[in-house]
Amino acid sequence: MPSYSHTIGGQTWRFDTLAQLMAKATPERSGDHLAGIAAIDAEERAAAQLALADLPLAAFLHDAVVPYEEDEITRLIIDTHDARAFAPVAHLTVGGFRDWLLSDATDGAALAALAPGLTPEMVAATSKICRNQDLILIARKVRVTTRFRNTLGLPGRLSTRLQPNHPTDDPAGIAASILDGLMFGNGDAIIGINPASDSLPAATRLLHMLDEVIARYDIPTQSCVLTHVTNAIELIRRDVPVDIVFQSVAGTQAANSSFGIDLALLAEGRDAALSQGRGTLGDNVMYLETGQGSALSANAHHGVDQQTLEARAYAVARICKPLLVNSVVGFIGPEYLYDGRQIIRAGLEDHFCGKLLGLPMGCDICYTNHAEADQDDMDNLLTLLGVAGITFIMGIPGSDDVMLNYQTTSFHDALYARKVLDLRPAPEFEAWLQQHGLFDAQGRMADQLPPIFRQAITGAA
Amino acid sequence: MTRSDVTPTPWTALRGLTPARIALGRSGSSLPTAPHLDFQLAHARARKAVHLGLDLPALQGGLADLDLPVKVVASAAADRAMYLQRPDLGRQLDAVSRDVIDAPEGGCDLAIVVADGLSALAIQSNAAPFLSLVVPMLRQMGLTLGPLTIATQARVAIGDEIGAALGARMVLVLIGERPGLSSPDSMGLYLTDDPKPGRTDEARNCISNVRAAGLSYPEAAQKLIFLISRARQLGLTGIPLKDEAEPLATTPPRRNFLIE
Repeated sequence: MPSYSHTIGGQTWRFDTLAQLMAKATPERSGDHLAGIAAIDAEERAAAQLALADLPLAAFLHDAVVPYEEDEITRLIIDTHDARAFAPVAHLTVGGFRDWLLSDATDGAALAALAPGLTPEMVAATSKICRNQDLILIARKVRVTTRFRNTLGLPGRLSTRLQPNHPTDDPAGIAASILDGLMFGNGDAIIGINPASDSLPAATRLLHMLDEVIARYDIPTQSCVLTHVTNAIELIRRDVPVDIVFQSVAGTQAANSSFGIDLALLAEGRDAALSQGRGTLGDNVMYLETGQGSALSANAHHGVDQQTLEARAYAVARICKPLLVNSVVGFIGPEYLYDGRQIIRAGLEDHFCGKLLGLPMGCDICYTNHAEADQDDMDNLLTLLGVAGITFIMGIPGSDDVMLNYQTTSFHDALYARKVLDLRPAPEFEAWLQQHGLFDAQGRMADQLPPIFRQAITGAA
Repeated sequence: MTRSDVTPTPWTALRGLTPARIALGRSGSSLPTAPHLDFQLAHARARKAVHLGLDLPALQGGLADLDLPVKVVASAAADRAMYLQRPDLGRQLDAVSRDVIDAPEGGCDLAIVVADGLSALAIQSNAAPFLSLVVPMLRQMGLTLGPLTIATQARVAIGDEIGAALGARMVLVLIGERPGLSSPDSMGLYLTDDPKPGRTDEARNCISNVRAAGLSYPEAAQKLIFLISRARQLGLTGIPLKDEAEPLATTPPRRNFLIE
């Protein structure tokens, strides 16, 4: 097994394994301390970053952070690596690759062509030696476009998942949040409910309801009830209208096993969704969620730092050809991302890594009440990710998720980001907003109730 | 009187349908001052709830009517700060607590663990009334119940160690869920078959948001009894065990104004 070292002014820093080198080089976060793999101080971290910068990118094809024999995700990464796509950067070190990415000669087309040649470990390593502005500038070059009933990820667009959660899945309560969100121009990425109950009858009712709302008002969007992939497969077997199949995914086989999934099951879920043929514009039929710390939380991290494992989850995601991938960055809690500073950094890393690997990355810009974070931190991350060209964010009423008990971006927040960064919703959805008078051609909200919802609102009162 | 710069969102009538913060109005397209500052106050209160401790004498008093022996144990996380940063310690018993637990002869069908989790308030408010409804139902099913264990600074998985030590064939953990802005008192129920250290989440079934303004006690009890019955038939809990329970109609279904 190779070892890694770096000598500075007569002092030599040694790192026994690639996983250790990566863990020591990664920007500080509580989860890596919890795992006992973090750098002991900033100097060791800087030395590890210097050593990592000198490592050839090709080294990641010969040395795996999680053993090939033990882990189907490592096998997926190695076995599906596209050497031809990798060729333009095959001669570079990690440090040289950072410079190449920043170069004015490297554009979105070059990065799209490169994606199949990159492994999660290569992009994770590069992210570790990037400053926040590098993560933003490079990610901004990448455009990933996906389609189901509308077009997501186009330049100059910012979409939202309308998240109308209700503590008891009450259909009228959910409808109230959906209406609030639509009036604020939210919901173009998806209308996605986290059900309070994981029961099949409850999911069935919610899916029928979302299907009826989208059909009744002819909304160019799609819906999802975030339930386990095995539930979605069963619901599809029962002819329940499932637009998009959801699943949480992680970066090791053991962590995915703790979620009750493997790669074969994800493929089965995708096939089930495709069998319905409900997409009118495209066949991106999955919505995946990830988050740093999930593998450690399942005691399935193999001594690998949480940011590298998060990037490996994107290798799982990309074989699913998803409509949306959402890094739920601050949800997991302070034992993995301690405060606003760590959450912000992690959100930028995840977006950067996902986009370089060719994924339609969004971010649940969020925090829990036991983390050292607040609304100002979320404003910062929202603005930074907006500049970085993020595909979608969450939209919920007043930032308060009354079912999952955490805070994420609000309908108002999405309009803030669109306003200050001159961004618009997905084109088909934008046309619907204007056609029905919810917004005007300048992107301003209507002062009056639009006719399309007037009767429903009056009737509910 | 000057004109207000807050533009109303004229669907305030829908507010009665959900605790979510809908129809807040807008200043431009941003949050008006009043709902913005309401939010800041709610956040400050939720932060306080995270750090509140469990009132053991009051809780034990509330549980006395169940006619179950009660043991109090602590996790290996010595205080709240440690608990928040070291979930691994919150999943284990401390050394003293290991000696407190002794298994009933022949084990038991079900051990119940009441854990503070991230909201002692949730347990303080909901554990005793919920158990006073559920324990008679469990007895009626013919289940033998182990002693009731109260665990402080505890995570869900502490139930695995406690259940194993009690020789329990299944463990039920009642735990305080992370406090939300609008729901600082939400209790979760976790059911695990054949509990032993090392079990992970795919081996559990969860019923969430049990509280006065959330999933009612009768609804939660009905779901729980369904899951326990099915788990005993299948010999397992977790992902293969699907919750097929039809919700109890405790409140009349409300018209969905968008489609009806």
